[in-house]
Amino acid sequence: MTDLSATQGASRPWGKIALRWGLYVLLGLFALYYLVPLFVMVTTSLKSLDEIRSGSLIALPREVTFDAWAKAWSGACTGIQCEGLKPYMWNSILLAIPAVLISTVIGAMNGYVVAQWRFRGANIIFALLLFGCFIPFQVVLLPMAKMLGILGLAGSIPGLILVHVVYGLGFTTLFFRNYYVTIPAELVKAAKIDGAGFFRIFWSIFLPLSLPIIVVSVIWQFTQIWNDFLFGVSFSQAGTQPITVALNNIVNSTTGVKEYNVDMAAAIIAALPTLLVYVVAGKYFIRGLTAGSVKG
Amino acid sequence: MAPILDINNLYKSYGQTEILKDINVSIEKGDFLVLVGPSGCGKSTLLNCIAGLEPITGGQLNIAGQDMTNVSPKDRNIAMVFQSYALYPTMSVAKNITFGMKVRGVDKSVQDQKLAEVAKQLQIEKLLNRKPSQLSGGQRQRVAMGRALVRDPALFLFDEPLSNLDAKLRVEMRTEIKRLHQDLHASMVYVTHDQIEAMTLATKIVVMKDGIIQQIGTPAEIYRQPANLFVADFMGSPAMNLIPAKVSTDGNARRIEIARDGEAPLVLTDRRGVDLPKDVIIGLRPEDITDPGSRQGDNLELADVHVDVVEPAGADTYVVSRLGGKEVTARLQAETEVRPGARAQFAFDLGKATYFDPASGARLV
Repeated sequence: MTDLSATQGASRPWGKIALRWGLYVLLGLFALYYLVPLFVMVTTSLKSLDEIRSGSLIALPREVTFDAWAKAWSGACTGIQCEGLKPYMWNSILLAIPAVLISTVIGAMNGYVVAQWRFRGANIIFALLLFGCFIPFQVVLLPMAKMLGILGLAGSIPGLILVHVVYGLGFTTLFFRNYYVTIPAELVKAAKIDGAGFFRIFWSIFLPLSLPIIVVSVIWQFTQIWNDFLFGVSFSQAGTQPITVALNNIVNSTTGVKEYNVDMAAAIIAALPTLLVYVVAGKYFIRGLTAGSVKG
Repeated sequence: MAPILDINNLYKSYGQTEILKDINVSIEKGDFLVLVGPSGCGKSTLLNCIAGLEPITGGQLNIAGQDMTNVSPKDRNIAMVFQSYALYPTMSVAKNITFGMKVRGVDKSVQDQKLAEVAKQLQIEKLLNRKPSQLSGGQRQRVAMGRALVRDPALFLFDEPLSNLDAKLRVEMRTEIKRLHQDLHASMVYVTHDQIEAMTLATKIVVMKDGIIQQIGTPAEIYRQPANLFVADFMGSPAMNLIPAKVSTDGNARRIEIARDGEAPLVLTDRRGVDLPKDVIIGLRPEDITDPGSRQGDNLELADVHVDVVEPAGADTYVVSRLGGKEVTARLQAETEVRPGARAQFAFDLGKATYFDPASGARLV
C-alpha cells in the first residue's frame, strides 16, 4: 500500500495529499456524527437534574456527579419496585451466558456435521437451519409461548434460554459450517485412518482450529441475546425479566419528573457488557469473519 | 502366502454414475503397485476404496489375507499419505506423528521410541517441535510419511504424494520413497498421474482409464507391450509414435506402407513373420527411430524422411517429422547434424515395433 501511494504520488503529490486529507476529514465527520449521541448520554448521566434543565444539551457537566448512576443501578423504579437495574442485570447474565455457550457448542457440532460428515439430506437440513435465520421474531412468539407452556418453562429463565438457543442455532450453525468447509477433507480422512472417531476428530482437530469462529459466534450471540427485548418482554414475568425490559420500565415509570440523567445512566449500564465483550474479543471478530478467504 | 492386497470384481458408483468397473488387482508382499491414469480415471477413488474411506458398491477386498470389504479404515492395518499431506495444523510435528498411537492407546514410552526411530529415519529430528505451518513443502512431505511409517502397517497407500512439490524436490523424494520401499520391504499402493513416477517406482503398474483397468503389468511389459493404443500413448515420454499403415505380404516378411504428404509412401519391412491384417497402426517408440549406425539390430530399416522440427533436449535431440498424417518423433544423438526443412536418413528398428488394430485399439503383435 505504501508502495502504491509512493509511485502514484510522485506524479501528482499535491492532489494526492489533498485527497488523502479529504478522506480523513470525511471519516472524522462520520465518526463524530456517530459519537455525538454517546457523548450526550455520558455527559447527561453525569449532570444533576438542575443542570440538565438549565444548561445546554451538549455542554460538559459543570459539576460531575455519579448520583444518577447510583440511582440507575440500585434505586430507580421499574413500575412499583424501586431496586434499580441490579437484579435485572443478574437475570440477563444468568440468561445470556448459558444461552451463548449452549448455542455456540451446538452450532459448532452442527457445522462440523454439515460441513464434514455429509449424509443423505444434509443439504436440506442445512437449508432449513438457514431458513430459521430469516424467520422474524414476531412470527414465532405465539407458537413459542405455547411450547414453553407445554414444557412448563413459561416465564422462567431456562425458558428464555431455550428460546434464544433455538433462535440462535441457525446463525451459529451457519458460522461454523462456513468455517469448517474450508478445512480440507483429507484432514478428516487422515484422522480416520489414524483411528480417530467422530468426537475425537471434532475435539482434537476441529475445535483447536476454531478460536476465531468461536469468538464470532460468542460476540454475535451475546449481542443478540443481551440486547433482545421482544423475547424478554414476552416470555418473562416479574422476577425473571432481563435488563432490556427493566430499562424500558425505568424510562417509562415516571414519578412526576423525567430523570434524564438516570435514564441515560441506565441505558449505558445496560449496554456496557456487550461493549466489554466487543473490546475484549473484537480483533478476533474481524479475523473470524474474514477467515477462509485467505489460506491459513 | 496370501496376497497382501486382493481386489475382486470391485465396482463403485455414485448414484447412477459408475466410477470403477470390475476392478481385479492383486499384489504380493513387497510389491510396489502404481495406479496411473489421466485425471478422472478413478485411480484416487480406487485408493480411497482400498483405504475404506469410500464404501464400495460391489465386489470384495482382502488385505493381508483378511476380508476388509466392510471394515472401517482404522482397522484395515493401513497407513496413507495424502496429496495435501493433511497434517493436523494445530499439532506439532511430534504430535502429528504420534496422534494415531495416542488414539489407539499405545504406551507413552513405546510412542516416544517409535517417534525417535522414524524421526531419525526421515531426518526430521530437528523439526519435532515445530508446527506444520513452519515447515517447507518437502519437510511436510517427510512428516506425512513419518506419520505413515510409525504405524508399521501391512499396506502403505500414497495418494499423489509428490504432486505439490517442485520438480527438483519431486525427483529427490521419488528416490527416497523408492529407497524406503527397498529398505522396509514394505507393500505399497501409489497413485499418480505422472507416468515417469509410475515407471521409476513400480514393480507393478495398473493403467486405468474411465474406471476400467487397461493393463496390469511390470513397467517393462507396460512399456514394451502396451495392451492397447491408450496405454501405448499414455506411457512413455515423448509418447510412442502411432502411425496408420497398410500391410502387404511378401513371403515371410511384411511390407509396412506409410502414406506421406506429397511424396511416395514410406515402405518398411518387418521380417519377423508376424500375422497382420491389412490395416494396422504401427507403434514405434521415439528411441526406436534413430541415427543410422547408432543402433545394431537385424531388423533395422533405413529411410529418408523430411524433417519438420528439431528439439534439442540436452542428452538427446528429438526430431519431429510427418508420416501417415501424424507427427512422428525420432530420438537422435545430441550432436546430430539434422536441420529442419532438410531430409535426413533415419534407422527404423522394426524389431521393436508393435501393431494395433485401428478399430478396437487392441495390440495385435
